[in-house]
Amino acid sequence: MIVEKSNIQSEALETVVIRFVGDSGDGMQLTGTQFTDTSAMFGNDIATFPNYPSEIRAPQGSLFGVSGFQVHIGSVEVSTPGDNLDLLVAMNPASLKTNLYALKPGHTIIVDTDAFNRKNLEKAQYKSNPLEDDTLNNYRVVKVDMTSLTREALKDIEGLDNKTITRSKNMFALGMVYWMYGRTTEYTIDFFKKKFRKEPLLIDVNTKVLKAGYNFAETLEFIPNAYSVSPAKMASGTYRVIMGNTATAWGFLAAAEKSGLELFLGSYPITPATDILHELVKHKHFGVKAFQAEDEIAGISSAIGAAFAGDLAITTTSGPGLALKGEALGLAIMMELPLVVVNVQRGGPSTGLPTKTEQSDLFQALYGRNGESPAIVIAASTPSNCFDFAFQAAKLALEHMTPVILLTDGYIANGSAPWRIQSVEELPEIKNNKVKEGADNWSPYIRNEKTLARNWAIPGTIGLEHRIGGLEKDSITGNVSQAPENHEIMTKIRAEKVKRVQDDIPEIKTEFATSGDLLVVGWGGTYGSLHSAVKQMNLVGYKNIGLAHFNYINPLPKNTGDLLTKFKKIVVCELNNGQFVNMLRMNFTGIEFLQYNKIQGLPFGNSELMEVFKKLIK
Amino acid sequence: MIMETAVENKYTYKDFESDQEVRWCPGCDDYVILRSMQKALPEMGVKKEDVVFVSGIGCSSRFPYYIDTYGMHTIHGRAPAIASGVKLANPSLSVWVATGDGDAMAIGGNHFIHVLRRNIDLNIILFNNEIYGLTKGQFSPTSMVGQKTKSSPYGNTQPPFNPGELALGAGARFYGRISGNSPKDISQMLIDAHHFKGTSLIEVLQNCVIFNDGCYSNVTNKDVKEDKLIFLEHGKPMIFGKNRDKGLVLSNLKLEVVTIGENGITEDNILIHDAKEKDPTMHQMLVRLEYPLATGIIRSYNDLTLEEREAEVTKQVKANSKFKKIDDLFFSGETYKVE
Repeated sequence: MIVEKSNIQSEALETVVIRFVGDSGDGMQLTGTQFTDTSAMFGNDIATFPNYPSEIRAPQGSLFGVSGFQVHIGSVEVSTPGDNLDLLVAMNPASLKTNLYALKPGHTIIVDTDAFNRKNLEKAQYKSNPLEDDTLNNYRVVKVDMTSLTREALKDIEGLDNKTITRSKNMFALGMVYWMYGRTTEYTIDFFKKKFRKEPLLIDVNTKVLKAGYNFAETLEFIPNAYSVSPAKMASGTYRVIMGNTATAWGFLAAAEKSGLELFLGSYPITPATDILHELVKHKHFGVKAFQAEDEIAGISSAIGAAFAGDLAITTTSGPGLALKGEALGLAIMMELPLVVVNVQRGGPSTGLPTKTEQSDLFQALYGRNGESPAIVIAASTPSNCFDFAFQAAKLALEHMTPVILLTDGYIANGSAPWRIQSVEELPEIKNNKVKEGADNWSPYIRNEKTLARNWAIPGTIGLEHRIGGLEKDSITGNVSQAPENHEIMTKIRAEKVKRVQDDIPEIKTEFATSGDLLVVGWGGTYGSLHSAVKQMNLVGYKNIGLAHFNYINPLPKNTGDLLTKFKKIVVCELNNGQFVNMLRMNFTGIEFLQYNKIQGLPFGNSELMEVFKKLIK
Repeated sequence: MIMETAVENKYTYKDFESDQEVRWCPGCDDYVILRSMQKALPEMGVKKEDVVFVSGIGCSSRFPYYIDTYGMHTIHGRAPAIASGVKLANPSLSVWVATGDGDAMAIGGNHFIHVLRRNIDLNIILFNNEIYGLTKGQFSPTSMVGQKTKSSPYGNTQPPFNPGELALGAGARFYGRISGNSPKDISQMLIDAHHFKGTSLIEVLQNCVIFNDGCYSNVTNKDVKEDKLIFLEHGKPMIFGKNRDKGLVLSNLKLEVVTIGENGITEDNILIHDAKEKDPTMHQMLVRLEYPLATGIIRSYNDLTLEEREAEVTKQVKANSKFKKIDDLFFSGETYKVE
């Protein structure tokens, strides 16, 4: 073990960004998740960003097979996984090569020197060994023979195959990092005990290696251990660490219990939305009916059937799946049934970038259907508020009797954050429009005067037998009608019904400044990046920058127009080629909107945004 | 008024007529199927508020509008998937799908095979007229090779599906085929399908008077019907013919028509129809038979439905679960307090 430039004083930091990188079979996701959970238990605020290839097992050692997990921990509020790294743990040459750019100069790299052999160096297209040439001159390099040390730690356990030994070296790295940040190993050891309940040998193996890494780091004075990130100040309550997709699933569970309806999910597996299906299918004890359909179309179609029959019906997908669901979604709009469609966005078009994030399905959500077919569109903006917006999507669908599209994205869906647990009791009421038998002068398209929601007559209710369908219907009876005026009336009713949702959603508030030089506008999953960059700008003296971040897209909050006139310049930042900005241009014709876009399958970086904002203010 | 109709067996077919004007072409077999359905419903012992008809797109898919129960006229090909959602949401409903050859086997082919595979307790009425009617006369996935249609002016070059063969291949537990000009037999088959637990598929050989008139006349016309069709009944010998003297025997792994009284053949030599047999081999041979064309309930194999399997799993999960309320889940596992 060699530590270069090791005479550096310990430093106390408010936040630290760590990235674990290795081959896609090296267990980096598990390593990152364990570090995250342990830090959350310690009371840190956290934000994570898993970044992995779409191949399940890409060729070993290759540049495109690198899998990474980034975690940002803080004693202060943390709203993004961070841009630049304080620590990079690289398990092989390919992962070093593809991730070094992100490490702050002068900061630490931990490498497994055993993996820097000729074969791996060639695969990573290194002409000479970066541990020996001047590639890493600007960094602190901690060289550890991790594979050999792992083997040594396990020498007393007989009959272990080579694969088991090499696969546990990620725990050696984790042990080292635990020691560096003053964390304990207990949480992870408990995790082994649960995970490998049926394979006690693996509990032993992983615990030994984890402790070996921890002890190894402790015995070496070279590693500065004063990265003591203290607990963050957060609102009081009971917390847990939650992933965005889990939070989405739980929001629906809560909505079902709150509304007194049974939850039906019709879904087809698609990255990165499948975890919602995985989560909900577990909860049969709550009466959840999770139906894995034969395709995306059957996913939404079965949900439409369940909605007709009186369930809280949802379907989950990602971009290509939403395209397939388009026609059926139009049917649900036409039949005016409550339905939630979740689109966990990924890079597109076509198959695009299945495991990378993007916000390019906004237009598809708003306009991707034949005919005049307005849907309510809302977007979650953090891993933990996926819970709130899933709940809200269900509430709006049931109260307004029309489909709601909930947009999240790969970044917040796979990211995790502390969630202050909300018990079902403290959540708002959910009403629905069900009509009981014996209703006088009943017909299927009689509406609530305030919301224009039609009433919901469930099969099994005596006397309310009726037929609805995809053909245009008479505005009262629901019978087929091709009358010219009726079609116009119905088209306008469907649009007005969505517009009136404005009465039931909160106004949007600007953060940091209510008027001034620059308003940063964003929507959905970019909240963390935008919030953090604008906050940073304020801290360094730019007090005239505000942030308006939208969760409600269609309809927009009522005060949107007013708010936009309070700033000299407006810049709309999106991970697409400019969709929300064009929607705003269409709706607010007198206002000039600037735009900043990134379409690389990656979230915005903090310094990148700050540069943009600074230029705009000059 | 409405309350008294809830009492079983008091309905007549008029209780199932909706207030909508029926708009099929005069002389269409769809009228026969509709009236057969309206007459069968009072015999099923089902309450009308518990009946749901779901359809896709096509002439046949107007069906739900004309029956005074719950109904949905949806989008092309998707009725089996939508009906699956209705049934899984509320298994106590009697759920029916009205579909055509194009709707079920072209645009909706995927849903059609998967609903049969899963064995959800639905009843599917397949109106097979071997043509696209609503779009005015293109060949369908059951049109014959050589058939001249608006989209095959020189004759169709795409070989057809045999719906029964496709259905049995997909794992159908109940399949019946029936002539569109035999209302009483249709009604009876609908009642049998209703009582069968699992997905029932009824293929009606339905004449389209406008675009494919007479497509089944060589087998279903009154004067030839008895000689060209065999009406199969479970447990009974496979006998047909005006004089009830023709029968089916197995010869060299093929079905063969024999005449009772010739070459020493007696009724004892004739095969007995076993619709309830799990192995579909004989049922497949029957659906592929061209002469005589097999009608009646060809397969009726009792198996667990998807709802039953799901209910069983759910019961076990519930019994073993520590979660009674959603809050139990939210506060379970690794949580921590912030003061």
